[in-house]
Amino acid sequence: MAPLLQVDNLTIRFPRAEPVRDLSFEISQGETLAIVGESGSGKSLTALALMQLLPRAARIANGSISFGGRDLTKLGAREMRHLRGREIAMIFQEPMTSLNPVMTIGRQIAEVLQVHEKLSSRAARERAIELLRLVRIPAPEKRVDDYPHQLSGGMRQRVMIAIAVACKPKLLIADEPTTALDVTIQAQVLDLLDTLRRELQMAVVLITHDLGVVAQWADKVVVMYAGRKVEQALPDDLFNDPLHPYTRGLLAASPRLKHDFHYRDGALTEIPGSIVSAVGETGCPFRPRCNQARASCSHHVPQLTVPAEDRLVACPFTTSIKAVPHAAALSL
Amino acid sequence: MPALLRIGRTLRRTLLQAIPTVLGIVILNFFLLQLAPGDAADVMAGEAGSATAESMAALRSRFGLDNPVLVQLGHYLNNLAHFSLGFSPRYGMPVADLIAQRLPGTLTLMAFALTIAILLGVILGSLMASFAGRIPDRLLSIFSLLFYSIPSFWIGLMLIVFFSVKLGWLPSGGAGTIGSRLTGLPAILDKARYMVLPATSLALFYVAIYARLTRASMLEVKNQDFVRTAYAKGLTPFGVTARHILRNALIPITTMAGMHIGGMLGGAVVVETVYSWPGLGRLAFEAVMGRDFTVLLGILLLSSLLVIIANAAVDIIHAWLDPRIGAR
Repeated sequence: MAPLLQVDNLTIRFPRAEPVRDLSFEISQGETLAIVGESGSGKSLTALALMQLLPRAARIANGSISFGGRDLTKLGAREMRHLRGREIAMIFQEPMTSLNPVMTIGRQIAEVLQVHEKLSSRAARERAIELLRLVRIPAPEKRVDDYPHQLSGGMRQRVMIAIAVACKPKLLIADEPTTALDVTIQAQVLDLLDTLRRELQMAVVLITHDLGVVAQWADKVVVMYAGRKVEQALPDDLFNDPLHPYTRGLLAASPRLKHDFHYRDGALTEIPGSIVSAVGETGCPFRPRCNQARASCSHHVPQLTVPAEDRLVACPFTTSIKAVPHAAALSL
Repeated sequence: MPALLRIGRTLRRTLLQAIPTVLGIVILNFFLLQLAPGDAADVMAGEAGSATAESMAALRSRFGLDNPVLVQLGHYLNNLAHFSLGFSPRYGMPVADLIAQRLPGTLTLMAFALTIAILLGVILGSLMASFAGRIPDRLLSIFSLLFYSIPSFWIGLMLIVFFSVKLGWLPSGGAGTIGSRLTGLPAILDKARYMVLPATSLALFYVAIYARLTRASMLEVKNQDFVRTAYAKGLTPFGVTARHILRNALIPITTMAGMHIGGMLGGAVVVETVYSWPGLGRLAFEAVMGRDFTVLLGILLLSSLLVIIANAAVDIIHAWLDPRIGAR
């Protein structure tokens, strides 16, 4: 089956920078793809590029985004509006500010139905109540007339999800949907997303920097660093045998993955330096922060290779790293 | 229903706060006016040119001007308590009647000017915000700066020169065609013709303010996350502006408009003089020149009431525009 969404060699350019370079990935119907990476790695820009809602200064310099056989980068504004909210929907990071404060949540949900399905306001309101019930908001008949400030953060994110799934989109982009939420709420919201994905047969692009989220909800993981894909794998493979030095660093910096982890067992490691050190470098963007770096790393950007089935990695020395015992790699 | 409840709560609070405010304004104004040299008797005697000490004393005792200041204040407040604004020694008629003659003229002029100012200002400001940084924005910015800095009496005179003297399209002054016995719609149209120029010269300054305010406010709202959400729903740029940006951007504009209602009363004096418009502003000016303090106090009291009503209206509009306000 042809993938629902296929991104090929996507390059996003600002006047002075290229925050996303040569990014390729694909996602099939009903699948959850997680894109992980630290702040500034180009995750959110990629999401906005899929919606064709990039900031005005940015443009897509190269590559294509094929969705259901159509290249989104070549669609006109009118055709793109027709897709937005109807076939491709998006949930944003900040539920506190992503809803209009002076409109009731019911009208905000109804709006998307009125635009795309040409429903009357009465029918749209009925559907809005159903959708609130679908995202497990209690007493939806009463809540439909509430304003966003009357809801908690988790409730607002549920409303955002209701808006996003209102027209049963084929692709849902969730840009750090739980980052601003309480930990106890996070799992509820992600479970809800996952249930809806199954019920509506949606493909989900889940953007996150939380590896715990990836382990539990993703079918496929893309690790991004400085605008490039550095590794792609199935979640189990990624956690059991990370190949790229950056992925290893990320895992080592994450407490949830070791059993019974406690701060007395030893400090969490960190990846030295910051993503800014990749600016203006030739060769591998991770080289300044990499403990495996060699002289040859500065010559050219490493190409993606296929070390095993369903895996991609952009580091030529992965085989030799693999020889290093796993535990030693984790304490890098 | 919750909206009505919110509005009711806002109104009750405003009314309760208004009583001490009005009382304070009356007393303060009374003492301030006592500081001005001379009284109505002085001016009337000066104009008559043949006053004797006896006739002036008679005048003063007739209008109670010879009483101690506190007694005068007591009389005035007593009158107010009986819903009377007192008697004008100069015009020889009750102040309330005098004001009632002039008030409609000023109110219509203000309402007309404010409507023009807000409508034009919001439309121009939205245009400027949509083209921010580009040529339409720059051009409109220059015009708004121009109208902001030119005094309204000069604009008034130039409008008269152009539209009345050169083109002969509109009357140069007055409030209606004298001697015409129009009724119904023709009478309203006749009035409107006389109102166009004064209302425009009064409005242009405020158009400039509202345009700049709308521009700034819309640009600020435009960058908020919920606007991105609206685009992600597939709305057209016009739909996003009309449904999501404008309503959020209107809140600071209503605040300013409320404050301007008081300011317009002052600005109306100049425009009413230029266009010989029989309004409250000119009455106030004449009352100052004639030291007719009862009339002046009446006008000041009325203006303060008008400002309070305007503020209450703004509060209600706010409670309607922004649901978060009533919740506090």
